[in-house]
Amino acid sequence: MAIVTIRDLNKKYENGFHAVKDVNLEIRDKEFMVLVGPSGCGKTTTLRMVAGLEEITSGEIRIGERVVNDLPPMDRDIAMVFQNYALYPHKTVFDNMAFGLQMRKYPKDEVLKRVRDAADILGIEALLERKPRQLSGGQRQRVAVGRAIVRHPQVFLFDEPLSNLDAKLRVQMRVELKRLHERLETTAIYVTHDQVEAMTLGTRVVVMKDGYVQQVGEPLVLYGQPANKFVAGFIGSPAMNFVDVSISGDGRHAETEGLRLNVPDRIRAHGGKRLTLGVRPEALRIANGSDEHGFATKVDVVEPLGNEILLNFRAGGAPMVARVDPGVRLKAHESVRFAVDPERLHFFDATSEAAL
Amino acid sequence: MGRGRARQDLHLRAEQVRVSRLTRLLESEKALAAALLAPGVAILVIFIAYPFVMALWYSLTSIRVGDPGHFVGLDNFTKALNDLIFQQAFKNTVFYTFWATIFKLALGMWLALLLNRSFRFKRIVRASMLLPFIIPTVLSAFAWRWMFDPTFSVMNWALYHGGIITDRLPFLSSGDWAMWCAVLVNTWRGMPFFAITLLAGLQTISPDLHEAAALDGANAWHRFWNVTWPLLLPVTLVVVVFSVIQTFSDFQLIYVLTGGGPANSTHLIATYAYQIGVGSGLLGEGAALSLFMFPVLFAVVWVQLRYLKRMENG
Ligand SMILES: Nc1ncnc2c1ncn2[C@@H]1O[C@H](COP(=O)(O)OP(=O)(O)O)[C@@H](O)[C@H]1O
Ligand SMILES: [Mg+2]
Repeated sequence: MAIVTIRDLNKKYENGFHAVKDVNLEIRDKEFMVLVGPSGCGKTTTLRMVAGLEEITSGEIRIGERVVNDLPPMDRDIAMVFQNYALYPHKTVFDNMAFGLQMRKYPKDEVLKRVRDAADILGIEALLERKPRQLSGGQRQRVAVGRAIVRHPQVFLFDEPLSNLDAKLRVQMRVELKRLHERLETTAIYVTHDQVEAMTLGTRVVVMKDGYVQQVGEPLVLYGQPANKFVAGFIGSPAMNFVDVSISGDGRHAETEGLRLNVPDRIRAHGGKRLTLGVRPEALRIANGSDEHGFATKVDVVEPLGNEILLNFRAGGAPMVARVDPGVRLKAHESVRFAVDPERLHFFDATSEAAL
Repeated sequence: MGRGRARQDLHLRAEQVRVSRLTRLLESEKALAAALLAPGVAILVIFIAYPFVMALWYSLTSIRVGDPGHFVGLDNFTKALNDLIFQQAFKNTVFYTFWATIFKLALGMWLALLLNRSFRFKRIVRASMLLPFIIPTVLSAFAWRWMFDPTFSVMNWALYHGGIITDRLPFLSSGDWAMWCAVLVNTWRGMPFFAITLLAGLQTISPDLHEAAALDGANAWHRFWNVTWPLLLPVTLVVVVFSVIQTFSDFQLIYVLTGGGPANSTHLIATYAYQIGVGSGLLGEGAALSLFMFPVLFAVVWVQLRYLKRMENG
């Protein structure tokens, strides 16, 4: 039960590498905050600084009212779940979960009660006497979570806890983690490189790149109003399509070879400029007679996924994907016209890449 | 031209037949296994099994240099058991092995833990630490003998001129002192092996476990006993087994450092067996003495390996 405040946080490693740059975040009480970004963007480093496992180069981290910059990990009242679980291989499941309580000198029956409760919540009562190597990946994962929750910490930290699981189990554990968070109501910071995980788990999501925070917001805000081209391309799958366009002199159309689209009113001021246009695959639809401004193209590759069909094609010199209804019957190399609602177009400054 | 090619074909065919016969022989797993094992078995037989069997046979006879002797049953063994010097040597060997192993383990562990941290000049320190290990024992034992020498001891000189002592210390001239000196030299020599092996073991322990333990509230001491020590135990047991075997059967170091003196007070089983068997030429008695090492070493190895196995399974 705590607010975590991160102010002007920086991390420079000993080799001079600047991994985290001027990060400012406020993680609200009981919030599930997800840090997402491509590999190497500084998510783990940020999390480890909150945990106290990595020294802070500059800035300030507060947990609740306390500045924890110089507190050792054990005094920060946090618990962490590691990517490879980091279970003690020689201890039983029970002892793995009990260790943190024993180190803190909890009375025996309290330890027993808490471990039992946690095992009950996670459905691992039957495994308490086993050693970690006698467990499946999913069971180890639960034990690692169990070890974190017995302590009733103020903040949970997760570093890609699901990435060692197979795809199916990952989806299942994702739901369980979400349920668990709703039940425990503890502030959580969760690191992942998987935007689907970020979107499904996060109360709010922080998108990072090259050590910088790109945008902080609720999942649907990130999806609907990305702050820049990077966030727009990172959130959503398949990714947003981008194409460089010129805005016509009167500011009414975006044009490039073989493509001419109506633009929303807010772009009118940018008449004559070159911009990057972004359109999500699900914003593209097959044009019908009443659509004035569609564009004609030829389908390259059809990916029938069952619940939807992905159509790959080129437009304005760029490869694009459209996500259409499974009822659509189109074959590769067939001609097609696509249309898009102007309000669903995104525009980015060609140099700063900021959303317009 | 035509005939030339025919002859060449014939050659080729003959070659193929020969090759395929050899290949077939090698492809039979049994034959291949036998072929690959043969050199190893031969070496074991010539250098280990044959001398061991000969020692067993000698120990049952009154053989001495220049006299094949005759079968005497267990006489050599009963004589050894009643031999006060042998009793002393046996106690010395146990004492020497016990303390040297304890010190090597404790100091080797300490060094390994230090070397497992990152610091400047780490590589140089790590490499130089191996020096005692790579210098031939005989040479280093000689060097130590000079350092302990009654008249020329550099340590006595330093302590005396440093004002720490007023009388020379009797390093190798008092029985008790000499034994501890031998333990010291053995520790000095054996510690690098412990340190390097334990360091290799330490490096296999995931840093995540230490971090998890730190988050769980364990201080450095608790982390050592709850993470490092249990995870290092298999490696530790293996080095301890090696060290016990080597120390219990040690010869060179004592032979050079004290020769078993003063007054037989530092004899080990090996040096005493050598003195009787080779020095006095009583080959049968010497063989019987040296065989006393065998059951002890066997028991130590057996207990430790069994423990190791249980740990791996449990
Ligand atoms: N101990 C270290 N020393 C130097 N550079 C490091 C160290 N740890 C991580 N880095 C670098 O810092 C960057 C961020 O790492 P990390 O926070 O682990 O990224 P991720 O977002 O994938 O979790 C990476 O480029 C990584 O190579
Ligand atoms: Mg990471």
